[in-house]
Amino acid sequence: MQTEYLIAVDEFCTLNNVDVSFISSLKQTGLIEVTTIKEAGFIDAGQLQQLEKFIRFYYELDINLEGIETITHLLRRINNLQEEVRGLKNRLRLYEVYD
Amino acid sequence: MFVDYYKILGIDKKATPKDIKAAYRKLARKHHPDLHPNDKEAKKNFQQINEANEVLSDPEKRMKYDQYGEDWKHAGDFENAKQQQRSSPRGSRYSSAQPESDFSDFFESMFGGSGRSGRTSQVRYRGEDYNAELNLDLHDACKTHKQTLTVNGKNIRITIPAGIENGQTIKIPGHGGPGTNGGPDGDLYITFSVANLPGIRRLGDNLYATVDLDLYTAVLGGEITVDTLNGKVKLKVKPETQNGSKVKLKGKGFPAYKTETFGDFYITYSVKIPTNLTEKQKTLFTELSQS
Repeated sequence: MQTEYLIAVDEFCTLNNVDVSFISSLKQTGLIEVTTIKEAGFIDAGQLQQLEKFIRFYYELDINLEGIETITHLLRRINNLQEEVRGLKNRLRLYEVYD
Repeated sequence: MFVDYYKILGIDKKATPKDIKAAYRKLARKHHPDLHPNDKEAKKNFQQINEANEVLSDPEKRMKYDQYGEDWKHAGDFENAKQQQRSSPRGSRYSSAQPESDFSDFFESMFGGSGRSGRTSQVRYRGEDYNAELNLDLHDACKTHKQTLTVNGKNIRITIPAGIENGQTIKIPGHGGPGTNGGPDGDLYITFSVANLPGIRRLGDNLYATVDLDLYTAVLGGEITVDTLNGKVKLKVKPETQNGSKVKLKGKGFPAYKTETFGDFYITYSVKIPTNLTEKQKTLFTELSQS
């Protein structure tokens, strides 16, 4: 059985000074997943890093939700492209000349 | 070295707090490390922008900077003058909202190591993620082994699984910077640089090598010994082997990452024409060409 670490949305919002409505909006746009247990919302600890990034975008850089969605999509593409570049660089190494 | 914070934010000395905030936001959106993953240059730029904002958005720090900025080594005079003017101690200190922020020597000299003003002093932040690079060669990378790394003065013993790729990054959870206000520790990301060996190259789980073959063995066939990562292997060469022909040694390649399987070893023959022939050899080759 796999252990899941869940963080209560209310507690997270209080500790991080974040509006609960912000988490709800992120959930609605599909940027994070919120698990509901007995009518209380929980976030998987694995999403914490991503969630903190969204908070920085929203509260520190004044980027709205639509902007966060677009950035997330583009960052995913950058990540995929970086993986592709890495693979291509490794292929190129086949043709490097050794003295 | 003196740092021109106004220049960093692209504003003049008469800039209002509103101008400073706008300039900071604009540049932060451009250089924020969250928007430039794995970009050290962007991180450095952002730290400078952050530091400039830290000073210029705080009236007290800005006044000190404006007064002593270029003459920062005498900034201690400012503190003495200030203490004479005010008897009450300074207000509450802000906690760090960006624990990863580093400050320049200039900043540390003028303002000490104080952190950035945050949304709230009680906010819990995850620690900074650390990045490290580890160099291996194919011999190291082909077997699971333990290695001790020193990251920020701490020794960390990690197990490197066989088959790690060049450029691959693995995450060691909880070995990054410490969290703030009870927040979790950051993670350590290790990127591996796996160098090929002279004569042996790797692509995925397969290995490639070019082996020299003398003309006589290529024509008549025979047996040669080839170096692989697991030692020497004897190989039968078929008669009339052409230059550039390839053979595959199944399962003699690289171990696949986190599986029990192995790739293949591809050998390309490079037939070497004999040089410095004796007269007798030349005669024999001539006879051969006419036969």
